Amino acid sequence: MLGLGPADWQAIELTFKLCLYTTIILLILATPVAWWLANGRSAARVAVQSVVALPLVLPPTVLGFYLLIVLGPRGFVGGTLESIGLHHLAFTFEGILVASVLSSMPFAVQPLTEAFNNLGRRPVEVASSLGAGLWDRFFTVILPLTRGGFVVAATLTFAHTVGEFGVILMLGGSIPGETKVLSVLIYDHAEAMNYEAAHRLSLMLVIFAFLTLFVVYSITRRFRVAKV
Amino acid sequence: MTLSVRAWLQREAFTLDVDIGLPREGVTSLFGRSGCGKTTLLRIIAGLERVRGAEVRFGNEVWQERRRFVPLHRRRIGLVFQEHSLLPHLSVRGNLLYGYKRTPKEIRRLHLREATDMLGIGELLDRPIDQLSGGQRQRVSLGRALLTSPQLLLLDEPMAALDTQTKREIMPFLSRMASEAQVPIVLVTHAPDEVERLADRVVFMRDGRVECSESLRQALARPDSPLFADDGAASVLEGVLGPVNEHGLRPFGVESARLWLPSEDSVPSGQPLRVRILARDVSLALDDPRRISIQNHLRVTIERIGPPRDGRSVVATRTADQQLLLAEVTPWAVQKLGLEPGMEPFALIKSVALMG
Repeated sequence: MLGLGPADWQAIELTFKLCLYTTIILLILATPVAWWLANGRSAARVAVQSVVALPLVLPPTVLGFYLLIVLGPRGFVGGTLESIGLHHLAFTFEGILVASVLSSMPFAVQPLTEAFNNLGRRPVEVASSLGAGLWDRFFTVILPLTRGGFVVAATLTFAHTVGEFGVILMLGGSIPGETKVLSVLIYDHAEAMNYEAAHRLSLMLVIFAFLTLFVVYSITRRFRVAKV
Repeated sequence: MTLSVRAWLQREAFTLDVDIGLPREGVTSLFGRSGCGKTTLLRIIAGLERVRGAEVRFGNEVWQERRRFVPLHRRRIGLVFQEHSLLPHLSVRGNLLYGYKRTPKEIRRLHLREATDMLGIGELLDRPIDQLSGGQRQRVSLGRALLTSPQLLLLDEPMAALDTQTKREIMPFLSRMASEAQVPIVLVTHAPDEVERLADRVVFMRDGRVECSESLRQALARPDSPLFADDGAASVLEGVLGPVNEHGLRPFGVESARLWLPSEDSVPSGQPLRVRILARDVSLALDDPRRISIQNHLRVTIERIGPPRDGRSVVATRTADQQLLLAEVTPWAVQKLGLEPGMEPFALIKSVALMG
């Protein structure tokens, strides 16, 4: 189909899995972080905000390099895992999942922070005074009122993870079915002078990226209008 | 005195330092200029501002003390804010029922129908909230808070964002609520007329401190009361409004101290009400002038003549039913008429504002 070989399909499936897991994990992690950034009073907020945004400015190789050290067999995390009888995370799917979560963090945290800033504290205070506890408030007030922010965060995270390359190459290498995602496969195709295969996959990604951004921008626009 | 708050808070140039007890009944007003800390105090009572070291108790319940902190959703407090506090993704009905559904059945004292009747919002139930006027929104907010059957109602400048007309529309609902709801109310405001109309007790705040806490009657009895800072001294008389007579006027108060008010159809007869009379609208005459356009002439007894301030003296008098009525006259008039305590002149009242 579409002239794609089994290796291509394997990479597509792996990429999809990686993006889906990353998005789910990040929405769960980013929500409390973004809430704290939007509503907290702590002086540590600026520091945390900067750390979260680091992947935006660092070369992916830097992040990948440090992760390789930390998650590898002699690293703090990898070594600990080995010592309790588990496998270290370098060159594994779990490893590139951790990497994707970290490097896509700003794409989840920033839209949510903005949505929570726009929401303000009032609706939540009102819900508390009406007897709603923490989870109740989240699902009946915060989530319905910041839906747009969550959709944007999820879409951007998913799309950015599709485009992940440097970190994955540094940390995961190119193991079929384990770490060989689309971006890496395209690189491999090009390296092997198989331009036709590289072109097919690249064009797919261009179209996918365009559609994603199109969706995000139309949501952002509707979201703003609805806020006024 | 069963709502007690002790708190100290320093935030940039602002210091809050309070230690007060408030009655657990009637309407207590926190009064002061913007920035005096009244809203912060309200937020501490609500548990929205978690100030370290603060102590808040309500009757036997400890809401905050040392490490103990009861979150707002367990305090059973009704909150009404200045504006924009309706949940925009819910209809009027959804807003009204949000808290009602979360109130255990056995403590519900008020139901949807009664609340909508009391506030006149029965026809709005299925509207989205962006189609409501400012006054309607505030009535829905009030209803929503009441429907949680709270043990304390906190109103944070509920009328500050409304225009005068809308305010007049809301006021009767608020005073009805104050008398019918059987819930202690704390009202934050900087508007003297709201205090005079609604409050039983006033806590005057200034620069983060409580200046004094007294009954409305006491607050209105001193000419230097902060309530008089804008409009000058004013008196509040209590009485019952009668039906319209053939001249289009309605009687107010007992027969020996009767006032005639221009017809206000919206207010039903037979309910206890308050009227506000500015001291500068009251003149004193030794004889009862007949040929004068002013309708309201009352025989009063002079109790005290205040010292001149800005070229005027406030004369405190008692009406025949012993209510305090203040008149503003010039020292020259005091001298010319020979006014002194014990005399019984006529008070000519130019203007009376009905406060419901």
